[in-house]
Parts: sequence; structure tokens; C-alpha cells
Amino acid sequence: MTYTQTQDSLTGGVPDQGEVLRVLEPDGSRVPDATLDPWVSDLSPHELRALHRDMVLTRRLDAEGVALQRQGQLALWAPCRGQEAVQVGTAHALAPGDFVFPSYREHGVLLGRGAQPADYVLAWRGEEHSAYDHTTINAAPPQIIIGAQSLHATGWAMGAQRDGSTDVAVAYYGDGATSQGDVNEAMVFASSFRAPVVFVCSNNQWAISEPVTVQAKYPIAGRAPGFGIPSLRIDGNDALACVAAMRWALDRARRGEGPSFIEAVTYRMGPHTTSDDPTRYREPAEVEAWAQRDPVERLEAYLRAEGILDDGGLEEVARAADALAAEVRAACIGATTRAPETMFDHVYAEPHGGLERQKAEYVEYLAGFEGEGSR
Amino acid sequence: MTALTLGAAINAGLAKALENDDRVLLMGEDIGKLGGVFRVTDGLQQRFGAQRVVDTPLAEAGIVGTAVGLALRGYRPVVEIQFDGFVYPAFDQIVCQVAKLHYRSNGRIRMPLVIRIPWAGGVGAAEHHSESPEAYFVHTAGLRVVAASNPQDAHVMLQQAVASDDPVIFFEPKRLYHSKGEVDLDAALADAPPMHLARVAREGTDATIVTYGAQVRTALDAALAAEDEGISLEVIDLRSLSPIDMNTVAASVRKTGRVVVTHEAAREAGVGAELVASITEQCFSYLETPPQRVTGHDIPYPPSKLEKHHVPDLDRILFAVDRVLEREEEVLR
Ligand SMILES: Cc1ncc(C[n+]2csc(CCOP(=O)(O)OP(=O)(O)O)c2C)c(N)n1
Repeated sequence: MTYTQTQDSLTGGVPDQGEVLRVLEPDGSRVPDATLDPWVSDLSPHELRALHRDMVLTRRLDAEGVALQRQGQLALWAPCRGQEAVQVGTAHALAPGDFVFPSYREHGVLLGRGAQPADYVLAWRGEEHSAYDHTTINAAPPQIIIGAQSLHATGWAMGAQRDGSTDVAVAYYGDGATSQGDVNEAMVFASSFRAPVVFVCSNNQWAISEPVTVQAKYPIAGRAPGFGIPSLRIDGNDALACVAAMRWALDRARRGEGPSFIEAVTYRMGPHTTSDDPTRYREPAEVEAWAQRDPVERLEAYLRAEGILDDGGLEEVARAADALAAEVRAACIGATTRAPETMFDHVYAEPHGGLERQKAEYVEYLAGFEGEGSR
Repeated sequence: MTALTLGAAINAGLAKALENDDRVLLMGEDIGKLGGVFRVTDGLQQRFGAQRVVDTPLAEAGIVGTAVGLALRGYRPVVEIQFDGFVYPAFDQIVCQVAKLHYRSNGRIRMPLVIRIPWAGGVGAAEHHSESPEAYFVHTAGLRVVAASNPQDAHVMLQQAVASDDPVIFFEPKRLYHSKGEVDLDAALADAPPMHLARVAREGTDATIVTYGAQVRTALDAALAAEDEGISLEVIDLRSLSPIDMNTVAASVRKTGRVVVTHEAAREAGVGAELVASITEQCFSYLETPPQRVTGHDIPYPPSKLEKHHVPDLDRILFAVDRVLEREEEVLR
């Protein structure tokens, strides 16, 4: 199960989308894979349709996020187009009690955890730092500090282990994050304490303008075994491979075998964020090549060939996607900015005299302008 | 003189530093092909090559820690921390290593390192992208801390920072990156005022406003507004936060007898606290009224929709001016 190094990668082969495990070819045809097959053989048509549906929903949600930003409704958006399979596939494998530690780009993971329309947009709009209630969707606030969440996930897993529960923590991050100290320290802790944590690295080839080769001269999945953590390197655009790898990792964690590492090799189709201009650093041909490996079309082709999905089913999914987008838009446009004095709330859990004084002063100051309109 | 944005003025300063000394090199995330997320290093990799303008792995402790080693080897690294909020992963390297090596080695080791930080808020950014961490660094002995407020200063001070044998934390106010000013690209560095000196940005007689970074502009706007009411405000742009040029500050306070200190960072134990303490020590008998501080609140930087209530604006500064001039009754009437 562990990643084995190949001659090619040892001699400096560029870590790209070669040497990955997959069960769906880019054209949607099913291929056998001894490692992954056991974990997806039992997927029912209903589950497969749900997987597809959530990927389509994620794509639509993402398009809406970009549109809302372009219309000035959101300050920023981090597109996830192209990464739907890894986000939705891995999230589908989770149990309700598991807990995810996402980065800013994990819209499909949040969808899988049951996020509500406003949860996706309020932070990007600048209304809240983290809009959702982490306890209702079992997801930590989205992390912007690259890699920090990997340690939190490991600590959460150490807690779950102490409690004798079978809940598993999952840390999501990108290829760039693997350069951070935190991510490496998380692997040390997870390994030393056999923490039930899964590290999901979405290797989307780019950390803003830096290709993955700036972070790694060797496939990223090859690092984990050095920490004593088994890893899989999978095709991150193959939703079934993502489900399978995640089930493999979750099963290990629940059986007390400790951490696992998944490198999902995928591609960020859009800009890093809506403020980014990817034409400055990457070639159209590269983007075009990855468009041929689209994760949604791939699963769709497979499900059609299997007779699991037809035009009617696709239309239904498209309607559901439009409905979600409309709800997200309404939640965004309908958002009201909270009163300024609320910014003093929740700095501390217990009363803090200094801050209370400062709040009172500021409220009094604002009251001085009342009736003047904003000066 | 050439009209340049603050970002372009720094770019020109970096180019000169790279040109003048081949031991100077730039390191950071996305600074090469992309030219940095603010385009401050735009075109420099093309011009000086990937050996001099280095896209690093995404690791701030790594960037600063390897810069320490490069400095030990005789290089003069200028590192870019992509955003203020991302300097913390490098904090340990900065405060334990960068700041202390000269002292620990009895002066044998030099740390001619510049750490550039796009800094502070007011641009509607996401969480962790608007922080004002200057007090942490000012509190750390061994670091020089400077903050530019206009293109000319940014251009010159950047070069002075590179030339300094001490490590310099170089704060670049990101909400001024696109604002233009006249820059003298041909002036000799030797003729420029040293970066540790404060600048009287505007002369006045009734009260002194002491500030730095993007707040200089807000303070100047406040002074302009006050002028309409017949009040003459002096504005001091500190430029250097460590050391603080207390001579310039004290001379102004002795002249006006009244002082308002403003910055965007939180108030508690901030640069303003240091200023007021020093002013009280040095100018106590000249003060007509207690010094006032106008600062960010003691809260984490709020969501961007509320940031206008956090970053001190012209009104909050004028309100404090009214207090030091004992005019608050009129205002609140
Ligand atoms: C500690 C830290 N440094 C820098 C940044 C700025 N930044 C935001 S995203 C990003 C690239 C991250 O790349 P990767 O980890 O591959 O994830 P991706 O964005 O590709 O999903 C950078 C440099 C940050 N958020 N946190």
C-alpha cells in the first residue's frame, strides 16, 4: 500500500500526473486497480449518482462565486474548478463524526459536510471571518495560513484517540503547503502518536505562480513513508479513486493503524484567486491538456456508459445546481453588515475590562455623529 | 523627478540595489515570473536572472532561515514576506536568530538582511491580509524597523536598508502601493536623509500629530481639514520605528505643547504607547494637555466590511485633536 519510489522519480523525473493510481481513465472507461478496487466495488448506483451530483453542484457553486466576485458582491474568491473529484470524492467517504480541517479552496468539501448557502460566501464578502458553525458541519474554519491546519487535525485526532472514538480527522492542503514546517511537524506528531488523521494533499500543480517543482523534486506522496506514514498517489481527477483512497485511509485510522497520506494529482483550472492572473506564469497548452482530463465529464461518461445516468438525470442535477447557485447568490446579496460595535465581541470568552472600555468609548464616539449622516 | 507609484518606486530601488552589488539577492514566494502578488518585483527576474531573484518554496521560516545562512556567507538577501499576516511562521527565525546573531557573536557576524512586508489594511482583503505586527519587531532588540509613507522615501529607504549592516524590517503600506508621488531617481544615496530620521511632513503650531506608514496621509488630510477651522497642525512622519527619532518628535511637541499619536496597529503596548511614554518623559513640562492616542482597536483585524471602523480615519484623528486642544465640548454639543 505504501508508495514505492521508482527509478524515474529518484533520478529527478518531474512529479506530474504520471505514476498515479486510477480506476477511471480520462475518457471514463473503467480500468482495474488492485489497490483501489476493493474500496469502491460496493458503491451503489445511488451513491454514484450522489457523487456526480455533488461534483456538479460544486462546479456550479464555484462558478457562482467567481460571478459574484466579478459583480463586486464578493471581495475575493478562490476557484476550485478542476478539483471537484478530490474534494467531493474524499468528503463522500467520511462519516458524520469525522472532522475536516479545510483550506480556503475546499468548497466541495464543505458541500459534502452540509454547509448552508451563506456559509460559502460571507467570509469572502468580508462580513465574517468564518461564517459556519464548525460543530454543525464538523469542519474547522477555513484556513488561510498555509499548512497550519495539518497540526490542528493531528491534535484533534490525538484527542479522538484518547477518547476511544473511531472518529477521524482530515487535513486538506495544497502542494505548496508541503514546504511549510507545520505540515512536516504534523507528520512527525501523527506518526509518533499513531494519530487517526488523514492528510489530503491536492497537488494542483501550482502554488500561485510557482509550479510544484519549486516545492518538490520528488513526488510528494514519497515523503510520507519517511515519516512512517503510508501514502497513495492517486489521480485526483478520478472521483472513484478519490473515494477509494479516502476509504483506505479512514479504515486504517479507525482500526488504530494511525495516519495516512494521500496525494491527489489534479489541476487548478482557473486563477489562484480572482485577483490572480495565471497568464503571467503558465501556458495555455498546459491548461488545455488538463481540460481533457476533466473530473466531472469523466465520471459522467462512466455513469452514462453504465446506464446509471441519463439525460433526464443530468437535467435534474443541473436544476439542483442552479437552485443552489440561486440560494448562494441570495444569501450573498441579502447579507447585511453587522453593527460596528460587534467587532469588539468574542475577542475574549470572559469579560475583559480594557476592551469593554474601548468598546464603550467607540460607541459613544459613533453616537456623536448621529443625525449627521456619515460625515 | 519622475512620478511613480510607491510599488514602482520600491521596484526601482530594488533594481538599483541589485545593480550596484552582486551580493544582493531577492527571495520570496511568487516574486519571479509573477513579479510578486503586488507586482513590486515585476520584471526583476527577467532582468537579473533566477539566481538573483529567487522564487522560493512556500515556507516563511525557510525563506528567512536560509537568508540567515546566505548572510553568513556574505550575501545581502532582501526577502519578501507575501503579506503581513504570513510573517508569523518566520517569527522564530526573525526574533531568535536574525535579531540576535550580531550580539551573540560579539559583533563578528553581520546580518545585512532586509525583510520586506506588504503591510496593514484598508484594502478590503481577506483574513490575515491586513495585520500590523510592527510592535512585535520594535520590541525585539537587534532589529531596525522602518515604514515608508510615500514613493520617494520608499525608494531611498529601501536602498538604505539594503546598505545597512543591520537587519531591517521594511514595512510597505499596501494601501498606498498604487498612489503616485515624485521620485528623484538620480539623487545620490549619500545625500538623502538617513532612514532613522523622522520627517516633518507638514509644519504647524497648534498641535503635533505623530504617525507613520499609510496613516501619514490620513493625518495630512486631517491637518488640511483642521486648517479650514483655523487650526494649524504639525505632522511628523516617523519613518523609523526602531529607533524612533525622538529629537524630531520632542522638538515639535515642545513647540506645540499638544500631541496626538496615531497608528493603525492595536493600542495596547503599541508604538503609540512607546511614543507617549517617551514624550511624557522628555517633554512633560511643555505639555498643555495629556497626549492622545488614535489607534486600531485591541481586537483582531475585523472582517473587511467593518475595517473602516478599525483603521483610524480623519474624523477620529480630528476628534482627538479637539481633545488635546480642549475643544471637545464644541464638537459634542
Ligand atoms: C503562511 C502563508 N504564506 C503565504 C500565503 C499566501 N498564499 C496563499 S495561497 C498560496 C499558495 C498555496 O499553494 P498550495 O498550498 O499549493 O495550495 P493551492 O492554493 O494551490 O490550493 C500562497 C503563497 C499564505 N496564505 N500563508
